[in-house]
Amino acid sequence: MKLTINGESRQVDVPADTPILWTLRDVLGMTGTKFGCGKALCGACTVMLDGQPIRSCVTPISAAENKKITTIEAISEDKVGQAVQEAWQSINVPQCGYCQSGQIVAATALLRDNPNPTDEDIDTAMSGNICRCGTYTRIRAAIKQAAQQGDK
Amino acid sequence: MTDNNLPQIENISRRSILKGFALSGLVLAVGMPAQLLAADEKQKYGRDGMPNGWVDDPLVFVSIAEDGTVTIVAHRSEMGQGVRTSLPMVVADEMEADWQQVKIVQAEGNEKRYGNQNTDGSRSMRHFFMPMRNVGAAARMMLEAAAAAMWAVPVAEVKAKNHQVIHAKSGKTLGFGELAQKAAEMAVPENQNLIYKSADEFNYIGKKDNKLVDGFDIATGQTTYGMDVRLDDMVYAVVAHPPAYGDTLKSYDDTETLKVPGVIKVLTLPSSPPPAVFNPLGGVVVVASNTWAAIQGRKKLSIEWNAGPNRQYDSAKFRETLQASSKQKGGKVIRSKGETYNELANASSTITADYYIPHLAQAPMEPPAATARIVDNVCEIWTATQNPQAGVDTVAKWLEVKPEQVKVNVTLLGGGFGRKSKPDYLVEAALISKALGGQAVKTVWTREDDIQHSYFHTVSAEHLEAGFDESGNTTAWLHRTVAPTIASTFAKDAKNEMPMELGMGVVNIPFDVKNIQIENPEAAAHTRIGWYRSVSNIPHAFAIQSFIAEMAHKTKKDHKDFLLALIGPDREIDPASLKDDWNYGESPELYPLNTTRMKGVINMVTDKADWGKTLPKGSGQGLAVHYSFVTYVATVVEVVVNDDGEVSIPRIDVAVDCGPQVNPERIRSQIEGACIMGASLALTSEITFKDGVTVQDNFDGYQVTRMDAAPKEIHVHLVPAKDFNQPLGGVGEPGMPPVAPAICNAIFNATGKRIRELPIRYQLES
Repeated sequence: MKLTINGESRQVDVPADTPILWTLRDVLGMTGTKFGCGKALCGACTVMLDGQPIRSCVTPISAAENKKITTIEAISEDKVGQAVQEAWQSINVPQCGYCQSGQIVAATALLRDNPNPTDEDIDTAMSGNICRCGTYTRIRAAIKQAAQQGDK
Repeated sequence: MTDNNLPQIENISRRSILKGFALSGLVLAVGMPAQLLAADEKQKYGRDGMPNGWVDDPLVFVSIAEDGTVTIVAHRSEMGQGVRTSLPMVVADEMEADWQQVKIVQAEGNEKRYGNQNTDGSRSMRHFFMPMRNVGAAARMMLEAAAAAMWAVPVAEVKAKNHQVIHAKSGKTLGFGELAQKAAEMAVPENQNLIYKSADEFNYIGKKDNKLVDGFDIATGQTTYGMDVRLDDMVYAVVAHPPAYGDTLKSYDDTETLKVPGVIKVLTLPSSPPPAVFNPLGGVVVVASNTWAAIQGRKKLSIEWNAGPNRQYDSAKFRETLQASSKQKGGKVIRSKGETYNELANASSTITADYYIPHLAQAPMEPPAATARIVDNVCEIWTATQNPQAGVDTVAKWLEVKPEQVKVNVTLLGGGFGRKSKPDYLVEAALISKALGGQAVKTVWTREDDIQHSYFHTVSAEHLEAGFDESGNTTAWLHRTVAPTIASTFAKDAKNEMPMELGMGVVNIPFDVKNIQIENPEAAAHTRIGWYRSVSNIPHAFAIQSFIAEMAHKTKKDHKDFLLALIGPDREIDPASLKDDWNYGESPELYPLNTTRMKGVINMVTDKADWGKTLPKGSGQGLAVHYSFVTYVATVVEVVVNDDGEVSIPRIDVAVDCGPQVNPERIRSQIEGACIMGASLALTSEITFKDGVTVQDNFDGYQVTRMDAAPKEIHVHLVPAKDFNQPLGGVGEPGMPPVAPAICNAIFNATGKRIRELPIRYQLES
């Protein structure tokens, strides 16, 4: 199967129902995208498919054919993604950090669609992403900081 | 001590210590209570009392490259508390290293070399601040001695500053890189000769804006957690574990499994009879070329299990058993002062309340995972563990090899919360590798494995009674606490809470009440009971701090005023006088229970939160205070309860007195996180059992707080310490216990409805 991942063309030989997550992690060795629940309940596995955030743990690789997958490893190539990553570091958002790949991809997708989200917009976009360490107040602050960055 | 629960504890702990066996995981986790020592052993406290103690040899922790790069070893596990930043930062500061030129390397599990590594009990900074200062100061003095020798000047004339050593008289300087070789030849100074920096010379310690060493790698997806380890020719495994604790494998059919593309092999692991300790659960293993194939293969297994002794475990029924025990006079008397039952019978008025707190699963975002291979009779493991030495010891026992033949490499942990203190999943990986002839294998726990086979937080019933005189002063306090004990995980028939569990806020209450009776009726365990961030402080603080608010309401007093009066005059209390001989393993002289500090956090938080401010209908403030991990925390929560009974939390204020604050930024983040984890268990989280099996198995059933339900604002207020010579308190856990009672007290003030069982979930729906 031919895929486009982070702008590069990749060929993989896996059953069509293999989730994008395990194709990335085990077949291609791209471990930035995390496994958290396997049922689209926690958001740790969030990647973008043609710019839309999806849960890669339940999305079969066949759904990515002829589409573009963007993962945490390439999110900085997007101006918004870079601003999000910078805000995350400047506010020291992470604790253990495990969920943050998914959080950053989800936040980037939000800000690309909606450069100045309200608290409610943030709740809606981010509530699919669990952080067990409890960094939500900082995630909210970092999204707002990244949004301001976009205004400049 | 005439404590009658000692025999079983003594059995397991003494024996395990004598054998040097990983059973001491329990002891590792909790420190060794005084009464376990033989008569001729002197009680050791704090870092001295921990297995393998502490090491402060600069040659172990620091190396300097000729390009000036200073490499500092982080020997404790990073699970979000910031320890890979904070402890090396202490070394760097004391040695005058420039943080930009510092590299951190993670130590493998080897406590003989590094000192205690069991990252648990909110101890890392409390126990290793001084050893790391020693490391840094010694390294700095060796660099200075090297420079003085090279310049042939008295060492008193040179001074290390910002990664170089300066000779002020001549204006000469030498960089740390240029001095590296010579410095390594210098004698390591004796501790009594170490010269420390003064606090006003600190560059990083106590500063507000320290950045995380792993911040960039996390933000860019370049970190390696246990789940992310990859080795050449690695295969992947998942295990079908026995559904109920104590079940064993009867038979299985893998015909369909072996048809799944990618599945390589199916094998079995033996089950371990209780007690669980850190032994693997056993079951049927599916080995595949990738994780997905292994998971698919496991679904196709047809397995018959022999029902074990816990198939009757039913949370609804067990709750009745616990609550019946808690309401019945008797059980082991833990603390008795005055004539509590007489006073209650003769009191002007009384109040009684019962509280219930369910099982919880730690559910770190990274489920357990371990990668193992065996080469030349050495088993090497890469994993996210809080307790690598217990991993080494337990794996060695199961492989029947010497501990020197097991190497545990510690990755970043995607959360721990106590779950990753138990190395059962390391043993699985090692046994599977052995069965595969030593091949590298990553054993992955799915979320279902994690939630169904946790070492669960216990389940508790707490019964409280109080008596008052005519003026509403408290004259009697009765508390019965009933909960399966962590000791049951190490000694099959343990039924009473250990001194450690009772010392988590049941006995060590500094209340100025003449008559106090505390009892602990027995409770049997029917699953693996383990520790979960802040452990038994969760049920104890929930019950006690809710009850005090109920007492205040009953006597028509302001909650804060009532609480301050109950604590009473300023004093330092010897924990032993409260029947707490544990005190988090710390010296009672250094760490007395200080009521001034406890009242201090109450006053600070109520001041910052504008306690008693006017709020609209449906809103309310709630207060709670708790002492745990030798730190004082008071929390004020503001809630809004809407017409549908849904709770939202606009604001939480927390005042923390943890002594000196080495990395205040990470202290704040830990307290913020504790507020949210505390909100999870207050609002929605619960593990229940039916026929011995957990009803919940993923984040749909086991619900944790998400962004939309999280507190909108969290304000952390740190009580300044006099200086960095004061004893340090814990930080990772003590933020948790006051959250749930403060939320429930706020709900009462908002609605008049009293929550006595967790989680709140739908209780406020009318």
